[in-house]
Amino acid sequence: MKVRVTIDRRGEIADPEGATVQRALQDLGFAEVQEVRMNRVIDLQVDGDDPETVRRRVVEMCRQLLANPVLEDFEVEIIG
Amino acid sequence: MRVAVAVFPGSNCERDVARALRSLGADPELVWHRETDLTGFDGVVLPGGFAHGDALRTGAIAALSPIMEPVRRMAEAGRPVLGICNGFQILCETGLLPGALIANRDLAFICRFVEVEVMDTNSVLTAAAEPGQVLRIPLNSYEGNWVDPSRTGRVVARYRDDPNGSQDQAAAVANETGNVVGIMPHPERASDPLLGSDDGLVLLEGFVRSLRSVPA
Repeated sequence: MKVRVTIDRRGEIADPEGATVQRALQDLGFAEVQEVRMNRVIDLQVDGDDPETVRRRVVEMCRQLLANPVLEDFEVEIIG
Repeated sequence: MRVAVAVFPGSNCERDVARALRSLGADPELVWHRETDLTGFDGVVLPGGFAHGDALRTGAIAALSPIMEPVRRMAEAGRPVLGICNGFQILCETGLLPGALIANRDLAFICRFVEVEVMDTNSVLTAAAEPGQVLRIPLNSYEGNWVDPSRTGRVVARYRDDPNGSQDQAAAVANETGNVVGIMPHPERASDPLLGSDDGLVLLEGFVRSLRSVPA
């Protein structure tokens, strides 16, 4: 089963790289860009037949390793 | 006073810190990160470097190494635990220190001497320093920007300028009891006049003194 984990740095935590990209977009003329967040996507190929079990296991992976609870939120999505 | 200096795949400051600790009368020993028992050691140092190539997040994989279990027990027992640079990042990832280290504000790897000011001498790193003492020490990091949404970290030394955006200009952070400390600049790289400064010695001296004062 293919699982996509999206890891977002929480809004109150600075994202210096996102801020640089935002400025570059504004320099290009995209003045409407208010904020850029350089979030991360991790795709996993996981053995298992039951989507709920797979999802629960991947959430546990996020809690133990893939996301940093101090900075980040995560979402788990079965994509195939 | 035996000090374990943990060695992870990608550590690169372990010999420098061991040499500096030895020059201050301690007995450092390099210990591979797969070790599960640190019985007989009075304290532990997590040295700088790039453990596991900084995969995922700096310190994230190293935080799961077997050696971190006895390190956690030593921290809980009140023994001195010091993380330098990557070691600071590992302590944050392990949860032994609050906060996390993110990319420097200007997205540049900083590699230069900085001046840090001792703010609080109630920690194993600053125990031998004077409050307000200014030390010239090299900073060598990309993820040196400490953020602590919980605001529970105690800043024991801060940058005099603001090189990386670190919260409260924190250069070194201690836990509540002061026995676990992380510092982003490298005191061991300022441990001999030949290196351009020996200002780091007073910090390592504090650590070595603290090893003596902890009950066995």
